[in-house]
Amino acid sequence: MLELKEIGLKFFSDEKENTVLDGISITFETGKIYALTGPNGSGKSSLARVIMGIHRPTAGQVIYKGADITALGIAERSRRGIGYAFQHPARFKGLRVADILEIARRRSDNHQCQPLQQIGLCPDEYLDRPLDSSLSGGESKRIEVATLLAQDPDLRIFDEPEAGIDLWSFEQLVEVISTTHRSDASTIVISHQEKILNMVDEIILLEDGAVTLHGSREEVWPLIDESTRCICRRDCPKGVTPYVDCPR
Amino acid sequence: MLTALDKNMLHQIADLQELPPGAFNIRKDGRGIEHRSAPGIAIRPKEDQPGLDVIVEPGIKGTVHLPVMITATGLSDRVYNTIEIGAGAEIQLIAGCGIHNPGHAAARHDGTHEIFVRRNAILHYQEKHYGEGEGTGKRILNPKTVLLVEENAYAELELIQIRGVDHTVRETQARVDAGGRLAMFERLLTDGAQEARSDAVVELTGEESTARIISRSVAQGTSKQIFQPRLIARARGRGHVECDSIIMDRAVVRSIPEIWAEHAEAELVHEAAIGRIAGDQLIKLMALGLSEEEAEETIISGFLK
Repeated sequence: MLELKEIGLKFFSDEKENTVLDGISITFETGKIYALTGPNGSGKSSLARVIMGIHRPTAGQVIYKGADITALGIAERSRRGIGYAFQHPARFKGLRVADILEIARRRSDNHQCQPLQQIGLCPDEYLDRPLDSSLSGGESKRIEVATLLAQDPDLRIFDEPEAGIDLWSFEQLVEVISTTHRSDASTIVISHQEKILNMVDEIILLEDGAVTLHGSREEVWPLIDESTRCICRRDCPKGVTPYVDCPR
Repeated sequence: MLTALDKNMLHQIADLQELPPGAFNIRKDGRGIEHRSAPGIAIRPKEDQPGLDVIVEPGIKGTVHLPVMITATGLSDRVYNTIEIGAGAEIQLIAGCGIHNPGHAAARHDGTHEIFVRRNAILHYQEKHYGEGEGTGKRILNPKTVLLVEENAYAELELIQIRGVDHTVRETQARVDAGGRLAMFERLLTDGAQEARSDAVVELTGEESTARIISRSVAQGTSKQIFQPRLIARARGRGHVECDSIIMDRAVVRSIPEIWAEHAEAELVHEAAIGRIAGDQLIKLMALGLSEEEAEETIISGFLK
């Protein structure tokens, strides 16, 4: 489905060079669900944005379904079947939930209501809601996930889909990512959450812009258990109960 | 007899293709070409100046269309309409203006609507401006609305101008009495070298009166826009002014909302924002397969909806 070859990404500011991704090579196979995990700032979202075409890599190639798409823009990649649920969903003055779902489903057979129901939102209540700051963070995030479900692309990327979502919705989210995954498609979930890491076929650990572990869940989990727990502890602010059994 | 050009303009300004049902007056090139009254709604030409008296009897519900069309180059049309909406009536008033300027001289319409919304009456007012034409002559529209919202009455103004008009000065004056409510929504898109100015003065003169003034605009090209809404509370009323603009290219937008209270229990709020289209909005829509141009258009049309 997707092959990343020696991907490098550098940002330049004030004449300083900041290496965000360094020599990343990963093959994502059709039919599998992947977790991309790692500490904050390790490059997970940057890698997803390279796949989506939002960032152009400064080195390497992105091969999708056998074609080199490194030079293609965002819209063209979307039309070829890559979809991305953003970590921080955009807000729009004047667009409704129904509008964004209608745009998303242009290339799929999905009905507007179905993805909302899948994510636990009542279509009657939400379709006419404006996609602006009147939505809570959790609602906005669930609608972002519903948009990707409506799009139903061949390669789905969920960027920290659990962020800001309540416990009940999180359980539903994990289930819906799993049940909507197609055997002819691939799913990448950027997450720190144990329940998501437990659901996937393969886990990729990113640290300081490089892949430090990659393998099947069974192989990798014991190896990254301590570091994952460490990540979990780091991400849980004092007094906040995480969604999953944090060892803290 | 309506020509194809007339029908297109009626469609643009009032969603009409034929003569509308109910009461109406169609004004074209400086004179009324068709008009009809309806039960409880009388439309009469003024005797002392160009324009109409529209009298809606108390308790009547209905629709009144007052479209104006200019199709001649060099024409300057001025009209003064007085509209009386009787107590307890509920009226939808659609008063658009379209200019088709085929030549090189300016075509201009200056229209004043003086509207009295009597006690407990409801007014839904829509005014859409439209301009087209192959000539280089300017298309100029200067509307003025003078509104009285009496006790416990409600008036909603929807003022729309999307491209096509070269120069506009809009003036709105409103007084809202006790328990009265006014909602004014303005939507404007200018491009090229177009210029638009909107001045509004809304006075809350009665206890528990309320007003909302919301303007959304997009300025493209080298166009210029100025918004100057002034909301004055002379009694214990509540009001909200919001001016929100998207600026593009080399356009200029000035937004000067003013709130002014003369009563210690008045509650007035204003907000104003000018900014370009947010990058995350463009990226989101492009990630759903829209080109950058389609994404921009979707954001703008949603913003102005």
